[in-house]
Amino acid sequence: MTALELAAAGKEHPGSPPVTALRSVTLAIGDGEFAAIVGPSGSGKSTLLALAGTLERPTSGEVRIGGTAVGHLADRELASVRAYRIGFVFQQFFMVPTLSAVDNVASGLLYRGIPAAQRRDAAATALATVGLAHRMWHRPGEMSGGERQRTAIARALIGRPAIILADEPTGSLDTATGLGILALLSELNAAGSTILVATHNPEISRAVPRTIRLRDGAVESDTGRAA
Amino acid sequence: MNARSRLRPADVGSLARLGLTGRPLRALLSAVGIALGVATLVAVTGISGSSRAQLIAEIDALGTNMLTVTAGQALSGGQATLPATAPAMVARIGPVQSAAAIGDVAANVYRNDRIPAANTDAITVYSAGTNLLRTVQGHLARGTFLNRATARFPAAVLGASAAAAMGIDQAGGRAQIWLGGHWFAVAGIMAPAPLAPELDRAVLIGLPIARSLLHARAAPAEIYVRTDPASVAAVEGVLAATADPAAPQNVTISNPADALTARADATAAFQSLLLALGAVALLVGGVGIANVMVIAVLERRGEIGLRRALGATRTHIAAQFIAESALLALLGGVAGALLGGFATAGYAHLRHWSAVVPGTSLAAAVAAALAVGAVAGVYPALRAARLSPAEALRSP
Repeated sequence: MTALELAAAGKEHPGSPPVTALRSVTLAIGDGEFAAIVGPSGSGKSTLLALAGTLERPTSGEVRIGGTAVGHLADRELASVRAYRIGFVFQQFFMVPTLSAVDNVASGLLYRGIPAAQRRDAAATALATVGLAHRMWHRPGEMSGGERQRTAIARALIGRPAIILADEPTGSLDTATGLGILALLSELNAAGSTILVATHNPEISRAVPRTIRLRDGAVESDTGRAA
Repeated sequence: MNARSRLRPADVGSLARLGLTGRPLRALLSAVGIALGVATLVAVTGISGSSRAQLIAEIDALGTNMLTVTAGQALSGGQATLPATAPAMVARIGPVQSAAAIGDVAANVYRNDRIPAANTDAITVYSAGTNLLRTVQGHLARGTFLNRATARFPAAVLGASAAAAMGIDQAGGRAQIWLGGHWFAVAGIMAPAPLAPELDRAVLIGLPIARSLLHARAAPAEIYVRTDPASVAAVEGVLAATADPAAPQNVTISNPADALTARADATAAFQSLLLALGAVALLVGGVGIANVMVIAVLERRGEIGLRRALGATRTHIAAQFIAESALLALLGGVAGALLGGFATAGYAHLRHWSAVVPGTSLAAAVAAALAVGAVAGVYPALRAARLSPAEALRSP
């Protein structure tokens, strides 16, 4: 089963001249895979992740999430795809500063219409999974960068999405903390999560089973599964 | 897709609260405009309502069963006069409890004989029946009213404003005034008479002395009629024909209590001006909120992007910001209603009134604030909803 599939997907930003962020990219990430997208700045890593996360629509080709083509879906339906099938982790963490860690994590289920008490229970479990059970009631301002990113990862995995997309998850962290995050992602992958990371961090690309290298908006190399 | 993005209404409320607690000082300041607008609306309706209630209570205390009879325009043109017999005729109507007349006296009055003739202080001299005070339910501030004895002698009773204008605060013969070229002793000074305000700026002397000393005519200028409270309308109907059977069309009847009540209602015109002021304050408050919300949307692009990534639809984002704006205005509205209520209570206390704050005006003012807040939130909310998720996430 394929978690994520890009079929000749391209993205062109309008303008004069138009800017091509991604040329025709064809790519499949299978269930349970842990892959990294690497490449120099401007090579299209973030655009690829935005297309994969339905945050942007491709201007050509097709994107399929869990087998469903999303290109023709209405904005409201794309939101539903994000609410149920995709978990996001960002370089800037994007925590709500006035909420405790558990409530920040619980907001990962906010747009599924789940009652607050159930969301909080699930959040406590997710925080324990990332090793932050003792930080439940702390606010982001009281936590280190690594703890904040762990909290963000807990928020991404709380809804058991088909795929977790992480855009430079170690970009704001020092090397040691970044390695801790990488170890956590590997653990999650070992436990069954499908993870796609866009990164500059060579430690990550060395550690993951599959590396997709982009250059000028196209796939330069892919150490993809032989299958 | 089987599963749809959903946001529970309770969660919309929490999100609105969350947005405001993020920047409490800014929320407080932007709610002030709304609070002032609502406070103005509530205080204006409260104070004018209390004032009106007080006025009507006073009028009721004075009795609404007094009528006045005056000569109107004659058919031939010019001022008609009432017959000299009119007071006696009117007093004979069954339900009439008392009828008292005042008559014009062609004389000016001065503090003393040294005052230049032109300085009349606009004080009028009337001859008055001895039952006038009782009929208009007036009160004396000092001294005594005219009686059958003093009505024959040069004695005068001053209206409240007339006494103040002449600088007289002593009665009982200790002060004298120069009236129509004769010295008159001041027998009494009246308290203000709300039902007969024309008496306040008048000097009253007895009809006998007015006729003998100042050659006043016997024809009354105005007759005050106190009737049985149950028969006011019936008396009103026959009063003109009784006062002047020959020319009832020349007679004007009025009920001063009705006129005062009408005046109390007429202050509503002034009130609507103040209400408009309050409404403007409310609108300005709304613009302030819209302004703050536009800034909030710009600052919180990252949060908006995150929420879109978590699965929020455009509608969810818009609902969050409209709810936040409405909550802001609601807080301002409730604070303003309290402020306006306290202002009304304080003012009423100072004036020794009982405070009347109509619940409907409180509710209406708070509802108006809520509506203004919701409308103010629409534009910022649409801007937030229109943001592309990828773009919103790209901003720091």
